[in-house]
Amino acid sequence: MIEFKLPSLGADMDEGTLLEWKVRPGDAVKKGQVVAIVDTSKAAVDVESWQEGIVAELIVAPGEKIPVGAVLAILLEPGEQPGAARPAPTPAVAAGPAAVMAPTAPAAPGASVAPAAAPRRMVSPAARKHAQEHGIDIDAVVGTGPHGAVTLDDVEQAARAAVKPAAAPTAASPAAPADKNAEMRKAIAAAMARSKREIPHYYVAETIPLARALAWLQAENAQRSMAERLLPAALLLKAVAVALKRFPELNGFFTEGAFHASVKAHLGVAISLRQGGLIAPALLDADTKPLTQLMQDLTDLVKRCRAGSLRSSEMSAPTITVTNLGDQGTEQVFGVIYPPQVALVGFGRIVDRPWAENGALKAMPAVTASLSADHRVSDGHRGALFLIELRELLQRPEELNR
Amino acid sequence: MKETEIRAVALATLKSIAPEVEEDELRGDRPLRNQVDLDSMDWLNFLLGLHEKLKVEIPEADYAKLITLDDVVAYLLAKTGR
Repeated sequence: MIEFKLPSLGADMDEGTLLEWKVRPGDAVKKGQVVAIVDTSKAAVDVESWQEGIVAELIVAPGEKIPVGAVLAILLEPGEQPGAARPAPTPAVAAGPAAVMAPTAPAAPGASVAPAAAPRRMVSPAARKHAQEHGIDIDAVVGTGPHGAVTLDDVEQAARAAVKPAAAPTAASPAAPADKNAEMRKAIAAAMARSKREIPHYYVAETIPLARALAWLQAENAQRSMAERLLPAALLLKAVAVALKRFPELNGFFTEGAFHASVKAHLGVAISLRQGGLIAPALLDADTKPLTQLMQDLTDLVKRCRAGSLRSSEMSAPTITVTNLGDQGTEQVFGVIYPPQVALVGFGRIVDRPWAENGALKAMPAVTASLSADHRVSDGHRGALFLIELRELLQRPEELNR
Repeated sequence: MKETEIRAVALATLKSIAPEVEEDELRGDRPLRNQVDLDSMDWLNFLLGLHEKLKVEIPEADYAKLITLDDVVAYLLAKTGR
């Protein structure tokens, strides 16, 4: 028997509302198949199953709000007979305070410099849900339950203490479209506040000359049809993914008090939404894809992001985030790391700059690349070397097309 | 094609990418990307949409000429008029 649970959809999305089932009892489910659509504070997400089986029972009905980790459906393993005794499904939302505790993480060994690396706090699901519905930062609530656990009472206390505007949202019903932006704002606020509270950021930046890269792109694009042309972003993304191979301490997750490097380079690409807010779904295995493929995947990702058809695996996969905020606007961007990731690369606008080379001054198209990184995991020296590696890779654009 | 027809196609293509665009508020003589908040991917899709609807090839070397909506319409008019 397989319990199909709502997977993590990223640090700022810890619950969702089931919109639609894509399977019915009796259906066979393959690995990677989309089985449900779940609405989060940011977008509707296609939730995939990563196990094979036959749908035995759908536990959650469309319209129900469900926290990450809740059992959505029961699948039978291939060959398993229906009717076998199964344990009662985990309730979608715990009934009382402290009914189920989030597991505690052990304290980081030797974490003497960073109080931010404290173990994850215990929060009852009911408390978490209540806090979300009322826009309360759960991390700021003082826990009075066992071992300092945050209970529903604590959250209610915090809600009363908070100075509320007259029109404070109270309804627990699914958000109306007008509330969607406010909900997204809250989700972003919670994740970014957590980032700044827990992650000791350091920042380094490097101006990278792009004459060679842009000349190569221009020649390449001249031979391509309009639909197949490459944007400079494709080169920049590929360069980041390749550079990460030599800097594993920038690529992975900091969870349970320790860093876990990722062998895969899944770049979270920050995509702004027209109605406001942003999502950073993953461009998977960006280091191994030729530029044409990378560009197609990027185009597809942006399109699906705006159309609201992202997959759950894309939401939780990014091992690092890249923001190209400068695409239109500023020359520099210093981003906030998206936890539990440990680094974010920012690219500013490509501009012509006065450039001294071999004693002569000339105009040079250049981009400022910045790195925001987690000082618990890496140091500024390594961060700087990463940007130098990025600069060197971008001087050999043809090699990035492999 | 007439200029008004081309402008209508350009606006429809723009709206498919940026549905919030209000025609009345759009200044044809001001840089389009600043007014509509189009990133490079949006811009590429805008030009690709024009290419598909009007069967006009737009070389990358010409992208720099296309700053305002008026620029885009004039460029397409010249291309389709040939």
